[in-house]
Amino acid sequence: MALESISQAGPSTQHQSRSGSGGLDARRLLSMRLHASPMTLTGFGIVLFWIVVAVLAPLLAPYPPNATDALAAAHPTPSAAHWLGTDHLGRDILSRVLWGARRVLTVAPIAVLAAAVAGSLLGLCAGYYRGPVDLVISRIADILLSFPVIILYMIVLAMFGSSALNIILVIAVTKAPIIARIVRALTLELREREYVAAAKMRGETAFNIMLVEILPNARGPLIVDMCLRMGYTTITIGVLGFLGIGLPPPDPDWGSMVKDTYGMMSVWPHMSLVPCAAISSMVVGFNLLAIGLREDADRE
Amino acid sequence: MSEAPNFDPILQLDSVCLSYHLRTGEANIVPNLDLTLRRGEALGLVGESGSGKSTIAYALMRYLGPHGRIARGRILFEGRDIAALTEGELRQIRGRRVAMVYQEPMSSLNPVMTIGRQLAEVPMLHDGLSFASARARAEAMLAEVNFADPAAIMGRYPHQLSGGQQQRIVIAMALIGKPALLIMDEPTTGLDVTVEAAVLELVRRLIRRHDTALLFISHNLGTVANLCDRIAVLYAGEIVEEGSIRQVLINPRHPYTHGLLDSLPRLGRSKHDMPLRPIEGHAPSPLSRPAGCSFASRCRHAETPRCTAQSIVSLPVPGETEHRVRCVKVAELSPWRPPATGGASNMAARESEPLLRTENLSKQYAPAGNAFLRKGAVVHALGGIDLAVGRGQTLAIVGESGSGKTTFARIASGLDTASGGRVTLDGEEIATLPVERRPADIKRKLQMVFQNPESTLNPSHLVGRAVARAVRRLKGLAPAAARREAERLLEVVRLRPEIYGCKPSQLSGGQKQRVAIARALAGDPDVLVADEPVSSLDVSVQAAIINLLSDLQAERDESLIFISHNLAVVRYLADHVAVMYHGKLVESGPVDALFAPPYHPYTEALLSAVPEPDRRRARIILEGAPPSASVVPKGCPFALRCPRRLGAVCDEAPPPRQHGRRGHRIACHISLADLSRLQAAEPPTATGQPLFSPKA
Amino acid sequence: MARFFLKHLLFLLLTLVVVSFLVFVLTELTPGDVARKHLGAYATQEQVDLLTRQMRLDRPVVVRYVEYVGNVLSGDLGNSTRFRVPVKDIIFDRLGNTALLALVSFLLIVPLSMGLGVAAGMREGSLLDRSIVLGSAILASIPEFASGVFLTSIFVVTLGWLPGTATLQAGGRWSIAAQMVLPVAVIVLFDMGYVVSMVRASMVEVMRRPYIRTAILKGMSFRQVVLGHALRNAMINPVTVILLQINYLVTGVVVVESVFAYPGFGRMMLEASLYKDIALIEAGALVAVFIAVLTQILGDLGYMLLDPRIRA
Repeated sequence: MALESISQAGPSTQHQSRSGSGGLDARRLLSMRLHASPMTLTGFGIVLFWIVVAVLAPLLAPYPPNATDALAAAHPTPSAAHWLGTDHLGRDILSRVLWGARRVLTVAPIAVLAAAVAGSLLGLCAGYYRGPVDLVISRIADILLSFPVIILYMIVLAMFGSSALNIILVIAVTKAPIIARIVRALTLELREREYVAAAKMRGETAFNIMLVEILPNARGPLIVDMCLRMGYTTITIGVLGFLGIGLPPPDPDWGSMVKDTYGMMSVWPHMSLVPCAAISSMVVGFNLLAIGLREDADRE
Repeated sequence: MSEAPNFDPILQLDSVCLSYHLRTGEANIVPNLDLTLRRGEALGLVGESGSGKSTIAYALMRYLGPHGRIARGRILFEGRDIAALTEGELRQIRGRRVAMVYQEPMSSLNPVMTIGRQLAEVPMLHDGLSFASARARAEAMLAEVNFADPAAIMGRYPHQLSGGQQQRIVIAMALIGKPALLIMDEPTTGLDVTVEAAVLELVRRLIRRHDTALLFISHNLGTVANLCDRIAVLYAGEIVEEGSIRQVLINPRHPYTHGLLDSLPRLGRSKHDMPLRPIEGHAPSPLSRPAGCSFASRCRHAETPRCTAQSIVSLPVPGETEHRVRCVKVAELSPWRPPATGGASNMAARESEPLLRTENLSKQYAPAGNAFLRKGAVVHALGGIDLAVGRGQTLAIVGESGSGKTTFARIASGLDTASGGRVTLDGEEIATLPVERRPADIKRKLQMVFQNPESTLNPSHLVGRAVARAVRRLKGLAPAAARREAERLLEVVRLRPEIYGCKPSQLSGGQKQRVAIARALAGDPDVLVADEPVSSLDVSVQAAIINLLSDLQAERDESLIFISHNLAVVRYLADHVAVMYHGKLVESGPVDALFAPPYHPYTEALLSAVPEPDRRRARIILEGAPPSASVVPKGCPFALRCPRRLGAVCDEAPPPRQHGRRGHRIACHISLADLSRLQAAEPPTATGQPLFSPKA
Repeated sequence: MARFFLKHLLFLLLTLVVVSFLVFVLTELTPGDVARKHLGAYATQEQVDLLTRQMRLDRPVVVRYVEYVGNVLSGDLGNSTRFRVPVKDIIFDRLGNTALLALVSFLLIVPLSMGLGVAAGMREGSLLDRSIVLGSAILASIPEFASGVFLTSIFVVTLGWLPGTATLQAGGRWSIAAQMVLPVAVIVLFDMGYVVSMVRASMVEVMRRPYIRTAILKGMSFRQVVLGHALRNAMINPVTVILLQINYLVTGVVVVESVFAYPGFGRMMLEASLYKDIALIEAGALVAVFIAVLTQILGDLGYMLLDPRIRA
């Protein structure tokens, strides 16, 4: 409700901007090439780095992530044996960070994808059918969105336990309405296009129109939003871990790594600084990618 | 601050080159321009899209953006070089000595500021007036632009005004600083014809009164002709012909000007005369200009190497010193003759059994309830429409915005349903059948061509796929057969079959519209409904599409219903015409009956508002606007604005439907005999005979 | 106007009912758990069943819900098992603390993000713009606990300028104001990343509009154009976004409260959830949703007031 943009109702125009016989317009000239900007490339690079790390974690990690080592715990600062040091239980931080990437990059994409699929379908239906369907879907979305998500996480996960499935479900349910809103707004606009009317006139079914005619043209903003969602979801997973309602121990999860060690920050700051830097860098990657993609598309 | 209040010429461009710097290179939009404008003179700059006319306008105000620049030459405004001015000096000129009016008035006005404030800003800024005095000046200006209640308008917001009113505000805002030069960039594109006529009349009056020079940019030769003293024809950034209106339009010398005039449908021409002659080919890209004449690749008379080797200079026309043409063969080409008209007037179109018929068709829209706005009232879009189209015939529906013509098209094609009345297609009732529920054979029989080539094709799909998909759905063919059929259809609309694999963004506007027509033909329809099929296209391209539609109809014997506001196109293509106003049918009949007296007074006003390049006669300017869509007038909907209004009877009683010859119907209280008598007093205009005859 | 309020009031009620019902169902799904909570882990099944019947927890959920609503409306929010006090006593106290944090943060976020967003958006592509875009992207990417850790390691561990916890107990070594510096800083930095980008986006969009061109070609200076024409239009969307931040500031700052041991609403809810303190969870959820919908209404109101196209 609050963030809907009002489309300008202008007088009906009988002449739109004229299409030429092929003579190139100055405006079109200025936008002829699609170049990936440095921002897009940087973001992509960071994300790619973490994907590679996550995939190759078993090969790259020097130690098993959960192996405690009392001897090392006595001198946990970074050394030749442990490049990033160990935590208070002697577990190698580098290995835990690498494996932690795996955790995040398994759970987050699934959650975002689930949210995207559910949100897109709902948004398409709401925008295309309008009327009562739209009313119901929008109201439900508004109710879901009005609920402070952290509180929801706390209630659900504390009551029902935090497994990967629960986390995915709860994230998907809270992110789907946002995507539904975006897709709905796009659908409302695109359904007025003449090619949609042409599809109706040749007898295409509603589903065909939504999925084949409308959705591909919503692809741009949707992809940008999904990158943003990946960033936010990564933060959410970290936050859940930090609050103690994330993925269960002892498997490494960046958020819970911080939770376990930040109390010792005055003595051994590296234990919490490293996972904080890891999670921040991954989210930076996703955000830069999202912003870069949006600007590149804008320029086209 | 050196002011030059009486400097003449007010604008002088010497060898100006305007270019944009792109990643791919330097685009020379305007390679070498010379232009002079004297005080109080009105110059029309005519060009199609991509000709660089807007670039020139913005360059005059040094508003080219970060990538554009004045690469060479000088632009002298009142003797001062625009490029050499400081930012401060530039700001003093903008809005004060030179002002601009833009194409889209709605988006040119700040939506959250009242009209009064936006207007008052100019004198406050430039003349240092207090807010109160500035407001007074603004109100006075509103009265000058024909607002009946200026004080009320001052407090309104732009979205509360109609398009014509908004444009008048922009004009007021431009003239309130009493500039020496007014630049207008396509100011009436997007306005209804009658509104356009009123705005142009207003502009003419104002520039004469204030002795303002005018640079009027348009693609429409007719509009320019009616307003300006001189005209310059722009092609690919070069002026190919310039001179006085009379010179250029009576005796055009450049092959491009010939092409423009040949491709224009005019009120006298019909499809039974010679076909329109579009200009084949494309304008050159500014990134790679040819060495010689830019038009050579499309010119019938081009000769290598005379025309293609070196750049062409502008030469005077023998005997007309002010008339210059950029063509080496100017002295050799034979004079242009306007295409023969009126010869084969519409032969008694064989009356055939009506294929699509509507009886008492009406449509109301329920109130648009909204939490924020008050409940809207019922909108009466159509009322009592009786029309019929025979097999192989063309029916044109004419009207302005709010007339209901688009609603009619939507109901016919099933994108909307009727509230009352009947619509039958080949005997089958379809009024309340939305297209989703129509049986397959009805869907096949009636297809639609849309207005906007930019949105008529799905940008994510291949062009050929759009046609093939239609073939599959409407004819039930298998994919391979559908593809072959799609390729055949692309050839029918005169496109190369390689186009199949292109995306819409790679096609020009005209090509996209052809694909849309191919798509509509996929099921071999009996009826094609076309909603303004050519209004978004350049003039030279319009001709090609009009020819195509006309040929297709002749070959396939299909009926065509097309909506248009352009009476010249209607005269050219239609067999029967229906004129709509405020949802009602005011006149209908065979085309030559409609374009000769007696006319319904609204039709008369429409005809007089049509900008024609070679006609100068008094136009009927309609005051006011049509009643709002939720109002159902008791009497004639046109009564409030009708220049021939009889009296109270027009307001109280609905006008009777009078019958003329051969099915001609007019809904008016004035008898047909009286109408004929009154309207014959005006010189006949419908045949398009120019008032100035060309020198034989 | 009346329609506006009526419609929104109805929506508020609807949301409150739906959400509180859902939360009620979620938390009191198994009545046995409720009774067990009271008795402790070592109670026998018989004792649990007995207490269940005594507390009348074996009635259908809907009936119990209606009774709950009745209690709420008469001011009885139940008792907190975690804190061993009536819910009323603790919930508003904690809410007040968080409100203090929210207020200070809000007063910083609004001018900072509006200033930076406008400065960035008015000259799209300039060096300032690029820096602000990059900066706000990075700020929005660092989770609150991470920035809490970073800032703590600098200002508490290394420099010793600020306290590491904010328990709001006066009279110790650190004043209340000093205690609040880091929590506020973390919140402001994180939220600004998002709000600045929203304000900038709106400003960029407005600067591209044709009426800005009109203003420039009227001869107005850049400053006059930005302040007189662009700003009001550019603020329409961000105002709603900024008002929605209130929602986040009150109910979403549990992480900051955890890092700095701040006795706020979020931390209270966390403990309530972990401890399965049902009465507190239900009451907290109610309060949280109420605030959420209220801020949404404020946002819509603001939008309506700023944009004349929507006003009746």
